[in-house]
Amino acid sequence: MAKILVGMSTCGLSAGARDTYEELKKLLSDDSSHELTLTGCIGMCYREPLVEIRDNGTRTIYGDVDAGRAREIVDKHLANGTVIEDYAVYTEDASGRKGGAEEPFLTQQNRIVLRNCGVINPESIDEYTERGGYEATRRALTVMTPEQVVGEIKESGLRGRGGAGFPTGIKWSFAAGNDADQKYVVCNADEGDPGAFMDRSVLEGDPHAVLEGMIICGKAIGATFGYIYCRAEYPLAIARLEIAIEAARKKGYLGDDILGSGFDFDIKIKQGAGAFVCGEETALFASIEGERGMPRIRPPFPAEQGVWGKPTNNNNVETYANIPWIIVNGASAFRKYGTEKSPGTKVFALVGKIEKGGLAEVPMGTSIEELVFGIGGGIKDGGEFKPVQMGGPSGGCIPEHLKNTPVDFEHIPQTGAIMGSGGMVVLDATTCMVDIARFFLDFTQEESCGKCTCCRIGTKRMLETLERITTGEGNTEDIAHLQHLAQQIKQASLCGLGQTAPNPVLTTIDYYEDEYIAHISDKHCPAANCSALVSFNIDRDKCTGCTLCVRDCPVDAISGGKKQFHVIDQGKCVKCGKCITSCNFDAVYKA
Amino acid sequence: MAWQAIDRRTPVIPEDAEPVLSEALRERIRSFFPRYETKRAALLPALHVVQNALGHVSPQAMKEIAEVLGIPPSSVLDTMSFYTHFWDHPKGRKVIVACRSLSCNLTGAEAVLKAIKDELGIGEHETTPDGRYSLMTEECLAACDHGPCLLINEKLHKHVKPEHVRKLLDDPANDRISMERSDLFDGPSASAAEGPRNQRTKEPG
Repeated sequence: MAKILVGMSTCGLSAGARDTYEELKKLLSDDSSHELTLTGCIGMCYREPLVEIRDNGTRTIYGDVDAGRAREIVDKHLANGTVIEDYAVYTEDASGRKGGAEEPFLTQQNRIVLRNCGVINPESIDEYTERGGYEATRRALTVMTPEQVVGEIKESGLRGRGGAGFPTGIKWSFAAGNDADQKYVVCNADEGDPGAFMDRSVLEGDPHAVLEGMIICGKAIGATFGYIYCRAEYPLAIARLEIAIEAARKKGYLGDDILGSGFDFDIKIKQGAGAFVCGEETALFASIEGERGMPRIRPPFPAEQGVWGKPTNNNNVETYANIPWIIVNGASAFRKYGTEKSPGTKVFALVGKIEKGGLAEVPMGTSIEELVFGIGGGIKDGGEFKPVQMGGPSGGCIPEHLKNTPVDFEHIPQTGAIMGSGGMVVLDATTCMVDIARFFLDFTQEESCGKCTCCRIGTKRMLETLERITTGEGNTEDIAHLQHLAQQIKQASLCGLGQTAPNPVLTTIDYYEDEYIAHISDKHCPAANCSALVSFNIDRDKCTGCTLCVRDCPVDAISGGKKQFHVIDQGKCVKCGKCITSCNFDAVYKA
Repeated sequence: MAWQAIDRRTPVIPEDAEPVLSEALRERIRSFFPRYETKRAALLPALHVVQNALGHVSPQAMKEIAEVLGIPPSSVLDTMSFYTHFWDHPKGRKVIVACRSLSCNLTGAEAVLKAIKDELGIGEHETTPDGRYSLMTEECLAACDHGPCLLINEKLHKHVKPEHVRKLLDDPANDRISMERSDLFDGPSASAAEGPRNQRTKEPG
């Protein structure tokens, strides 16, 4: 009997997985010999919709499966076992031999956090328990003491996956050591970094792993209540979490006297409302309390005074998803992955100008080059690698010559960037680094909560300076001015948002100062990106005189009749770029 | 921008205004009390519930929420104005949230946003006169590998090109996900954003 799995997380659904699923359901409706089910994100987002067939110990994953291909799979693969090589992206035969076009993408990964994503139906608690789910909860609640749980997590060396990398076990021991009538476990699912979607995929693909991590944490620190603070922009994640919590309650993994251990624990979802700063833990607590999401000074740290002033442990989604694996497999098994100081794996979102964008889980210490070129398949359309942007608006750009940098909590900060939550935005030669800095400053000044003057006004001033530079109005003091402001904002801001907001500017000045100088002194954008500093021209050798651009130009700036070379009047041109998209012969270029 | 009030007009509420929160809605808000140590903490869920049911949270609704929670109306306004998700004036039946984050920007999000604005004739945080659409931008929708992307109510659209925009807006089913739901599920929270007729009050948090 074959099992057919359709990847139906947000990425699959929007690629058309719903139609694929309906088609398979229709085709298999009279056939009880096969089992059709849905599953979460398998990570190969660039080949969605994905359909996996499991039969007699073999696995075949098909990519880009529309309704037509679904029919072909039923006719050929399910009817007589013929693997359709043309769009089999991954295969594994009964002896474990692997193949398929995208085999390197999967086999270069080590999946701990994503162990169930794309494997189980996230809406079925039974499929989760069949894969060993809630075994960790059983052990932590009925066999281990709270001290042993904390000890095991400490021993594993797990560090917080939200970005800061604080050792999780030590954090737990602080909260465990503080006596109070009530303590809280908080899960930060307010993933907001541009370019990061690991947490969404885990919540949509394996919600029970996160619940388990929280239950185990509750036992370890002596808390009986947990909140998951999830972005309102993740409706599917919230829906799956609700289903998971209900199912866990029915099975007795949540509620009173869990598994007869005498331990009570329950979880509620708190939905955010569109404020990036609420990902900062003290702002998140204020938001749970029904206030404006503004950070407060630390200390006191959450382990002493968190939600409602009660000892609180706050971890990120990915951190909690690691916990059950560590409890079941042991700290030493976890330490086999990664580096001495950053054990385990990390999930990265590979996005931007990359050939194979998606989620990849690799051991800590894997180099940027291995991630971008080994797993990600290199730069999109054979482009030239420039930097990767890590850590979103708090992070920085790591240039090409540092591509051998191992990705872990020790090495990435040395480059001026931060680990962040795992978003890796790959940029190519067509990206202007000054514009990237401007882009992130635009983000932080929008999202600053306004509490600290330097963050509120400083980021605004930095943004204005960058806007001047990108429009050709910069002057020679601007670079020093930006660096000076950056130091002040870093020193005088309360929370992580302000303290790290200047990083994108500082790293781009460090590594790409020549681009800043070109904008300021030569009024030239080397990447031909900043529209005020580029001109549109037509290559006479390529222009065929088809008049398409002449007709499309909204301001009639292009002259030339049929079969004549077209010329752009620079005085009239508004640099909208319409001619570039309309030309069929690549004759229009920016310089 | 979290620290800039979107609208600084002082709302004037007539003394004899009819209440807008039904008893069922008030009960729904009270049902959040046991979850938290203070009544005030039920404010965000209350705002979600009211916005889902009524389409927006009017000054009158804020005043009534304040009564239920036993806090001053100014506190409700204070908290509400911080979060971009809440509307104090009627919003469209479908809210388009365009991603303005880096990875979408690299793939052409600006042109898509412009196409939407041109097609609907509205700017950000505005609503079409027929009440069908409102438009806003938001940071990262976490579909970075498929940019440019946008969210219409609860449905995510990926790889959106300017030339797709018209067809996308014309599609009546462009705002809902149709996923396999288990029996445990009683409807997605975002689908309640259909306007005043829809009285479903899905628990948000």
